[in-house]
Amino acid sequence: MKHSTYLTCAAVLTGSLVLVQPAAAETLRLLTWGNYAPETVIAKFEEETGHTVEVTLSNNEEMIAKLRATGGGGFDLAQPSQDRITGPQMEFGIYKPIDLSQIDESQFIPSMLAATKGNTTVDGEVYGVPHVWGTSGLVVNTAEAPDVTDYTDLCDDAVAGKVSYRLKRPTLIGFAFAMGMDPFAAYDDADAYTEIMEKVGEKLIDCKPNVKAYWGGGDELMNLVRSGEVVASMAWDTGGWKLNADNPDITFVAPEAGALGWIDTFVLPAKGRADAAAYDWINFVMQPEIAAMITDTAGNFTASKGADEYVSAELKARYQASFPPEAVDNIKWYPPVPAGLEAIEGGILDRVKAAQ
Amino acid sequence: MRAGTRLGFVLLIAPLLLWLVLLIVIPHVDLALLSLRERVGVGEYAVSMANYRTFLDEPLYLWTFLRTAVMAVLATAITLVIGFPVSFYIAKIARGRVQSALFLLCLVPFWVSELVRTFGWMILLRETGLISGLLQWLGLTDGPVEMLYNDAAMMVGLVYTSMLFMVVPLVTTLESLDDGIIEAGYDLGGSGPSVLREIIIPHAVPGIVAGSIVVFMLSLGNYLTPTMLGGKDSLWFTELIYSQFIVRFNWELGAAFGFLLLVLSSVIVWAMLRLTGQTLEKTMGSA
Amino acid sequence: MSAPDLECSALMKQFDGVTAVDDVSFTVPRGSFFSILGPSGCGKTTIMRMIAGFLEPTSGDIRIRGGSVIDVPPNKRNVNMVFQHLALFPMMNVADNIGYGLRRKRLPRAEIAHRVDAVLERIGLPGIGPRQVAELSGGQKQRVAIARCMVLEPDVLLLDEPLGALDLKLRERMKIELKALQADFGTTFVYITHDQSEALVMSDRIAVMNAGRFEQLGNARDLYYRPETAFVAGFVGDSNRWRGRVARVSGGIAEMQADDGLTLRAALRGVSAAGDRAEIFVRPELVLPGHDPADLAGCDNRLSGEVTDILFNGAASRALLRCVETGTVLEMALPQSGRFAGLGRGDRVQVGWAADQAACFPERGTDAGLAGAG
Repeated sequence: MKHSTYLTCAAVLTGSLVLVQPAAAETLRLLTWGNYAPETVIAKFEEETGHTVEVTLSNNEEMIAKLRATGGGGFDLAQPSQDRITGPQMEFGIYKPIDLSQIDESQFIPSMLAATKGNTTVDGEVYGVPHVWGTSGLVVNTAEAPDVTDYTDLCDDAVAGKVSYRLKRPTLIGFAFAMGMDPFAAYDDADAYTEIMEKVGEKLIDCKPNVKAYWGGGDELMNLVRSGEVVASMAWDTGGWKLNADNPDITFVAPEAGALGWIDTFVLPAKGRADAAAYDWINFVMQPEIAAMITDTAGNFTASKGADEYVSAELKARYQASFPPEAVDNIKWYPPVPAGLEAIEGGILDRVKAAQ
Repeated sequence: MRAGTRLGFVLLIAPLLLWLVLLIVIPHVDLALLSLRERVGVGEYAVSMANYRTFLDEPLYLWTFLRTAVMAVLATAITLVIGFPVSFYIAKIARGRVQSALFLLCLVPFWVSELVRTFGWMILLRETGLISGLLQWLGLTDGPVEMLYNDAAMMVGLVYTSMLFMVVPLVTTLESLDDGIIEAGYDLGGSGPSVLREIIIPHAVPGIVAGSIVVFMLSLGNYLTPTMLGGKDSLWFTELIYSQFIVRFNWELGAAFGFLLLVLSSVIVWAMLRLTGQTLEKTMGSA
Repeated sequence: MSAPDLECSALMKQFDGVTAVDDVSFTVPRGSFFSILGPSGCGKTTIMRMIAGFLEPTSGDIRIRGGSVIDVPPNKRNVNMVFQHLALFPMMNVADNIGYGLRRKRLPRAEIAHRVDAVLERIGLPGIGPRQVAELSGGQKQRVAIARCMVLEPDVLLLDEPLGALDLKLRERMKIELKALQADFGTTFVYITHDQSEALVMSDRIAVMNAGRFEQLGNARDLYYRPETAFVAGFVGDSNRWRGRVARVSGGIAEMQADDGLTLRAALRGVSAAGDRAEIFVRPELVLPGHDPADLAGCDNRLSGEVTDILFNGAASRALLRCVETGTVLEMALPQSGRFAGLGRGDRVQVGWAADQAACFPERGTDAGLAGAG
């Protein structure tokens, strides 16, 4: 789950106008997150395989909305998070199953591959394989707000007017855990989930005066924290590590209730036309050296086995500072989101937004 | 000969018809149908008015809807009040190069994208921003002042974004007013306010209405400015539509919202035309 | 005797160092029709706008009924103006247009309606109050514009070339109507125009203006028959003109050697001594034709010409002649007696005129604004 989310409509348009290429050299229309497909990796890939790559940057919601609008057309490979695959697939049928024989499974960390396969299986078919993983938790200016160690600490008077978070589902989930509840366990029980969400909603409404602004994009958050207008916020781990490079006081903190773990995957859109290129891309970027290049630009680690060796020491150090072993064990991995859950969360978020 | 003219007419009208049907009629019919659908299960839908009922039952949606309408009207009124003297100055008082320079000044903000424009305001108004810094430097305030994330900041952004669309039709109509008519107004005993009331404003009504319609629609449909400058309490109806479509995957409710917005803007524009005794043809002809 | 309705003294207006109106003084007696006649750019509009109050004089004074109005804004001066394009308010109907000034005076509604009806009656357009301005004909608009001012009973009515936009036939009729309206209302009219026939037909007194100054002030006859400057002689009415050098001056008659070679005699106007550059003007109707030299016995100036064209225009028909000796073209009115009705292109004819019917002025240099000979 990554940052900037500006639609590149032009890319979508040109993408759909490109004529079908001969099988040998295809055009891969890739719908992905910022930094998941660095220029250097694309250049290397194009050189080695002869395919060309067109990248459209997006986020989970927009990826799904775009694919839904075209019934799964316009792109050949997409990268939604693993928890957002089965729901939209059952509801809208926007993906096609992955032919695992085309994928070099030995390049993946086995436990992560198995977990992702399990979470993205619909009617016995596997729809996703893992790529990049990471967590969200807290970004804290430890000099100004040393007492913020959990999501609910954002509501303390000590940091009034100087905190920020998104009005999106990770915030609801994080608060629920910090309030001692387990929302993931209630995923399949709409009533129980609604009850949890209502409690979280009340907490967020009480907390609203504390909030400087609800951030929307990663750049916006970085600005708020860097300028000192915000001293603690919910954020992705990489955002905290980037800020840490500029200001050692600021860093990512894995909350006591547990950081929320996500895995971004590879999926094939239902009407993709360049499957061969898509498989080539997956196998290419999962090579340890290439995966390490992506880790260096994105800041997040991948599901590629052995890639850690190639990652810069600095990044490893930051990761270890934020994640002592017990914090890693405490990561709450998102299970697949059942269809219709967003409606419950939406109602709560609307109410929080409307509260004065 | 007659057949030839007919063919010519058809060829001339074809692009317009295509445009209307493909880009306006079909999407709206689709939107209307979508808004009348209700999700009853995974991948199952039924025809119902549920989405419109949801809108009426949920105070938040209704409140946001009304708030958006009122704020858009307010933004239009403020734009008019600021834009009118500016337009009058450009059309009637400034001459030659000053005139073109002023007109250009109104245009300059549109050389950059709306996003950059809005960021510009954020840089000015934020707590660590220019204005706050200036006030502290002047010793007028003790600490940083937050001017962002409130309705006033949002209003400033909306007015700024809309100004050109008010000024252009106003300048056009005011330029068409013979200077002699204004002078005659004074000559026959009129004072400044009475000339403005009885002569200039009645003459400028088509321009005022045209500008107001455009500004109102732009404000009502604006997404970036209210979201970015309005902050945590912005509550703008287009935001609701966006979140229904993109975040909640609830296209049905989003479509219903979209339709309601269309109805709202149509009703307000119609009321505005009725109130001023203008027709759409007359107004758009003047702009 | 009461003060004149309008009195301007030593009026001066400069724009960025350019003098538009230069030391102009005049008085307009009550109830008279006063015109300022001049080419465009001569400063007449500037004078009018200063009287109306839209411009402030650089120096000098304007008095209306004896009181200075220099510091009075236009809406407080009891002077009204009929604009060049009439400036009727298109957003109001006729009655509201006429009632506009009365509403500004906060008169009761019934009183306004009564006065509007009365003035419409007076201009001969009763009952058109509810009509829209756009529905009126050119002549009707003209009268409504005048009524709109007259209903306020101004001391002075200013008219800024109001007939300019009308077609010729209507213009001729409106001249007479305007004169009649002025006589009827008895209001002082100050009329500016570049069209000499408008000024000559309607005015009691006319000021001919050129380059910011009044050249001559008098009635129509004075200007036509006794022009005081070469500009007036050239601008008012048609004239044949020669330029040359004065050869001799005796007994009020100057003999001039024209540049084209002719020797001409004319009554001396202004100061000219032998050797000075001069101009001689002769009106076409004073050039007499004759079949032989005997017919022209009384003429000091004689020449023979060949007809190059006949410009037939009823009573105002002209013949264009080319002087046989010099090739100069001159214009001659055809006698209304019909004696030369048979004259045609190519005919030879003798022409002449008496010295005292031509006028000799010191040359003013070349002036583009001059409506010269031929």
